[in-house]
Amino acid sequence: MKPRDLADLAFRNLREAILRNVLTTIGVAVGVASLVAMLSLGVGLQELASKRLSQSGLFDTIVVTPKNNFRGMGRPQREAPSDKPPRVLDDDARKEMEKLPNVIEVYPQVRFFTEVRFNDKPFATVVAGMPESSRNSGSFDAMQGKFFTSPTANEAILQIEFAKDLSDKPASLVGQDLVLRYAERQALPANNDSSNPAGEPSGGFSVVPKELRLKIVGIVETEPAAGYGGIGNARLLMPLATASTLRAAQVNDLRDIVRDNSTNKTTYASLSVRAKSPSQVEALEASIKAMGFGAFSLLDASKSLQTFFKVFDLLLGIFGSLALAVATLGIVNTLVMAILERRREIGVLKALGAADSDVQQLFFVEAGVMGLFGGFLGVLFGWLLGRAITLGTNLYLKRQNLNPIELSSVPWWLVIAAIVFAILVSLAAGLYPASRAAKLNPVDALRYE
Amino acid sequence: MTNPAMPQAETAIQLEHVSRQYTMGEATIQAVNDVSLSVARNEFLALLGSSGSGKSTLLNLIAGLDRPTSGSILAQGQNLAGLTSLELARYRCNTIGMIFQSFNLLPRMTLEENIELPLRLAEVPREERSGRVREALERVQLTHRLGHRPMQLSGGEQQRVAIARALVNRPKILLADEPTGNLDSATGEAILSLLREVQQQLGMTIVMVTHERPLAERYADRLAIMGDGKLLSATETTKEAAQ
Repeated sequence: MKPRDLADLAFRNLREAILRNVLTTIGVAVGVASLVAMLSLGVGLQELASKRLSQSGLFDTIVVTPKNNFRGMGRPQREAPSDKPPRVLDDDARKEMEKLPNVIEVYPQVRFFTEVRFNDKPFATVVAGMPESSRNSGSFDAMQGKFFTSPTANEAILQIEFAKDLSDKPASLVGQDLVLRYAERQALPANNDSSNPAGEPSGGFSVVPKELRLKIVGIVETEPAAGYGGIGNARLLMPLATASTLRAAQVNDLRDIVRDNSTNKTTYASLSVRAKSPSQVEALEASIKAMGFGAFSLLDASKSLQTFFKVFDLLLGIFGSLALAVATLGIVNTLVMAILERRREIGVLKALGAADSDVQQLFFVEAGVMGLFGGFLGVLFGWLLGRAITLGTNLYLKRQNLNPIELSSVPWWLVIAAIVFAILVSLAAGLYPASRAAKLNPVDALRYE
Repeated sequence: MTNPAMPQAETAIQLEHVSRQYTMGEATIQAVNDVSLSVARNEFLALLGSSGSGKSTLLNLIAGLDRPTSGSILAQGQNLAGLTSLELARYRCNTIGMIFQSFNLLPRMTLEENIELPLRLAEVPREERSGRVREALERVQLTHRLGHRPMQLSGGEQQRVAIARALVNRPKILLADEPTGNLDSATGEAILSLLREVQQQLGMTIVMVTHERPLAERYADRLAIMGDGKLLSATETTKEAAQ
């Protein structure tokens, strides 16, 4: 028979025992739904975790330091000693790194202790410069207020605890001004000797107190990349470019003076290299190391996390499959019943010239159609179930004064995989009934009343 | 034509020492026992005999629904023993048309769909089908009931639909298993007259199993009488009704 005729007849047969076939299909749908709901929770939790982690900037950022510089890492770098002399982390190196593939941004760490005046009261805190790329990192999605209007704006985003220090009503701070008091590094005038005709800085500097008025534009829960590669949690964030122009005295400045700074170029204690995605970090880290710098990322931690989620998904999938296994038995049952009922019809079909394979395919297609519809319905049910679980969880979180989360996620591959899986399982379930129907002796079947 | 000893052009069905045994538990039942019979083209043969005489089994063997334990069957030049199960299905589809005592129409399909079924199985192109269905229904004069379901029809009408279904693939051989068994005598007579008519119009060979000897004598060309699986006699009829 032609596929279209086969499908026609299969649909017709399914419609004839509509109640039973609908119930069987719903059985498949429930099976698929439980599988989809379980897996969507697994995927959702994984996405949630990796999103939070990538928002934190931990997994797509590589901290680059000059070799043998242990500051900020807290531990020595375990790598084979290379023959290359340690390179200075300067602007040339920065530009070189910016040219590496898959690099979004290379930026220095700008962090300094300072005093903030608000309502004429002093508050000590740490200020950090935020690179422009962090705008899209998702870290500021849930903030109150807005991100900086421009990369060079005189604006500030406060960390919530600091905002609470400043005011009883942190939300009211947005739009108000505060004054940043900081120590500006001013290079000492050049010595008037002929070796330095251009009047370049001598390498020493004096420190001058300065003030800058900043407008508070937002309040954020936590600082992205807090405490990683830096000097502790910053509680006041400002645009990196603005922070850089302040030339505020930083912790490593003193060491820079002591060091022989023969090139007279800006050098950095460390640079952060942001990769396009965590998956590119490993290769990027290797190429930076090959350039002669120390590089460090938290990739290993992310790897073990992935392993955990794979196992977690597997377990959820196994539990979800149990319901589908039960549904499979339902299909077998329905089709075996149908053979009994349609014994005579099968006999007539064979007498009219249906081959065994025609009869087999007919039952097979019927099983497949139930699987197809069951799969579609199941994905829908499963998605709804996931939504319901997310909704319930968020209601609970809201009562606990926590932010809502997206608990379940149904990616397109899960939709397709679930439907294909439902069809395959249904076809497998149809295997036995179909071959039984095909083997039916037409003479016996025609005699059957 | 493959066997010059046999006049192929004249013979539609050739049975040579055909036997069919069944085993039921320990017992062996000889349903058909060494039957040799030849049916000419355009012949209307009636198979008579009491219940259990093996006439229906013989019909199923000719139909290719069953295979003989021994002996050979040639139908339209095809040796059925040499056909695979798939080829046998093709043979049933294209060479054979069958009608039954209980009509065997599929109750949930309309007449049109019932008659279309053999066309689907024969993979006849869709655009040809409705014409073929209409043509078959015209032959049995039921065109106006195209969209009806079998249960809305009388027994005689249902059997006419079954005949239309059997004819739709234009088979060379029509096999009828007690076609009048469920019908009153007047309707039965009408059905046989219809069979006779299409046989003559289309040039078909008919083998009909029946209990009703008087009816068979009037419409069939020849009577073959079976008893206990054996062919007892085969005689020409006078065919009063047809004359």
